[in-house]
Amino acid sequence: MDLSYGGEYEAFRGEVRDFIADHASQAPKGNGMRSKPVLDWQALLIEKGYTARTIPREYGGHGAEPDILKSRIIAEEFANAQVSNGLGGQGIQMLVPTLLEIGTEEQKKRFIGPTLRGEIVWCQGYSEPNAGSDLASLTTSAVLDGDEWVVNGQKIWTSTAKQADWIFCLVRTEPEAPKHKGISFLLFSMDTPGIEVRPLKTMTGDSTFNEVFFTDVRVPKQQIVGSRGEGWFVANSILRHERGMLGDPNATFSRLNALIELMQQETVDSRRVIDNPVFRDRLMQIQGEVMAMRFNDMRILSAKLNNKDASLAGMIVKLQGTELRHRLEGLAIDALGELGLLYEDSPLLRGQGAWQSQYMFYLGLIIGGGTSQIQKNIISERGLGMPREPKPQQV
Amino acid sequence: MEFGLTEEQVLLQDSVGRYLADHASLDRARQFADGAEERAADVCTALAELGVSGLIIDEAYGGVGLKMLDAAIVAEQLGGNVTPIAFAASAVMVPLALQRAGSEAQKAHWLPLLAAGEASAGAAVSEAVAAREDARISASGGTLTGRALFVLDHAADVYLVADDRRKMHLVEAKARGLTSTRLTSIDKTRHIGELRFEGVAADPLPGSDDPAVLADVIDAGRIVLAADTLGAAQNMLDQAVAYAGERQQFGRVIASFQAVKHMCAEMAARLEPCRAMIWYAAHAFDEVPEESRLTACHTKAHLGEVGKFVAKTATEVHGGMGFTDLLGLHYWFKRIGFNRQMLGGPELVREEAARLQELI
Repeated sequence: MDLSYGGEYEAFRGEVRDFIADHASQAPKGNGMRSKPVLDWQALLIEKGYTARTIPREYGGHGAEPDILKSRIIAEEFANAQVSNGLGGQGIQMLVPTLLEIGTEEQKKRFIGPTLRGEIVWCQGYSEPNAGSDLASLTTSAVLDGDEWVVNGQKIWTSTAKQADWIFCLVRTEPEAPKHKGISFLLFSMDTPGIEVRPLKTMTGDSTFNEVFFTDVRVPKQQIVGSRGEGWFVANSILRHERGMLGDPNATFSRLNALIELMQQETVDSRRVIDNPVFRDRLMQIQGEVMAMRFNDMRILSAKLNNKDASLAGMIVKLQGTELRHRLEGLAIDALGELGLLYEDSPLLRGQGAWQSQYMFYLGLIIGGGTSQIQKNIISERGLGMPREPKPQQV
Repeated sequence: MEFGLTEEQVLLQDSVGRYLADHASLDRARQFADGAEERAADVCTALAELGVSGLIIDEAYGGVGLKMLDAAIVAEQLGGNVTPIAFAASAVMVPLALQRAGSEAQKAHWLPLLAAGEASAGAAVSEAVAAREDARISASGGTLTGRALFVLDHAADVYLVADDRRKMHLVEAKARGLTSTRLTSIDKTRHIGELRFEGVAADPLPGSDDPAVLADVIDAGRIVLAADTLGAAQNMLDQAVAYAGERQQFGRVIASFQAVKHMCAEMAARLEPCRAMIWYAAHAFDEVPEESRLTACHTKAHLGEVGKFVAKTATEVHGGMGFTDLLGLHYWFKRIGFNRQMLGGPELVREEAARLQELI
């Protein structure tokens, strides 16, 4: 057991801290995507190697050698300082790694740089009304007509579709092939005629998602990633990536600390909430669980460093992490009693309403990105080696 | 950075695990549980040869000189095999107390005997966690009077006894004025008992004036019991998955039903982070003193909760067979139940965690 990162890395941590201390005033606040401060900050972070760190320079990245610990230190320091660590989103987090792995040279040159710089914002067209957990049964079709694909169908749960310039989209190009082998991965501009975006309002009251309708959308033939029929393979390589990000215990840890503070500050009949032994015990239970997930995260990090498969320790993070976070936010609501009901712009609102909105949002994350039930299938089949549910016999 | 076991630790894990799998199977535990043996002498001797009884005892006193993480690794194996030997008190808590607070004479006498497996030691410290009944030990004029309950690794040659001022003493089993009674517990693979003291001459540990020493001893016991639960729960999960893969109903193995798969997935999802938690708690005990106590409390409580869930769920996966004595799954169920209650159940230990953070 050796939990130190070592001298070289502690020196690196010092550099990152110094950078943050010197430049934090330039960092953008809030979630804007296109403003000049956001784009300038992104450019500065790429130049310093604090984002797009390992992406080759020829494609617009910083071009450093992959170093998991340095990446972790950067993430930790920006999170601790609560300073933006650059643009995220599905283009940067999911499409760029995919293009690096599978894209053509021309696609890499054309898309990666502008995506990293924030000039192209992407959305992801995967789920459909009738293809959720069973994503491979998707029916949005693309038929080749001369030099163009003609796309028809509907996507749902498409975040940032309103803001996006481009979409990476799964479509069925080989209707005769088995369902996993008939899918292709297309890239096209959201300005293409025939695309309609309708916001989808969620239980939180926000419209973070959209429905996207395609009617005879014409896409140049070469805007396909991988070959015809390989889209499922391309998409799977990124979905795995996404699952790793959901349920991050370090984010949950900072919410836990906020909750501890809340329970010390709030009073019921002039008595602190934390002095109620039932609430205190529920808090301590969650603290223990957060602790376990953070140690589990250290184990995963260590496995990555040593090129080992984190296996079950990694597979359970999405399931455990999102459920735990949902319960944590829910405890805060309970601790607040009637105050916990307040929402939006109400007087007396606590924590800008985040306890309620996060409570609901994390229910969304329990469902999204592979539901808890799908996660349990994955854990039992891939982690424990149990057999798949047999397909029902056709009648 | 390396969050995990060293090669030597993996070797230790394998050598203990292999011996237990080959020579101390469920049948051996059953024989011990059914019979009137005070000790499973063959198992004790073999494990002593592998270094288990002297694991954390300094080499100068005939031990192996290893640390809490190594003890946790061994405890996990013992729990996984429901091994009927004295370990938590005899090989961890008492040697630790002696090494931290014992006189040279106490160490020179007891540590080599314990390391060689020629003597065993029990820990009478439950009242320092929470007293039940009228249990309490008071010390005066070099003698102890009172009653200690739930003595861990009972039927020992020597006992570590905490008095009501949190000072520790050694008392030999044969001491005049000491009455010892076995308490029959659900877990027949380890002994607990009651000690009554009527002016029993005691040998105080000179370094135990500092109450932090007793707190460390209890932390160590909690980590080791939690590690025992980790091993036992992992074994129950493994047995459940294996059984589900063989048992057929409705024309197919029950492992192919989602209801059964999801029970197993939930066990795995809750249990897997416990492994990292045990490693960290043991590591913190050795190397990160400022985090040690809080981590030990949370680890004891959390493993108690997860262990209870796995014990119930894995039994259910076995259906009616899980409820029988024939299959023997209940030995693990009871082992986990024992570990949960001993040295503080989850609620009690979590209250301690809150107090440590000055939340009360």
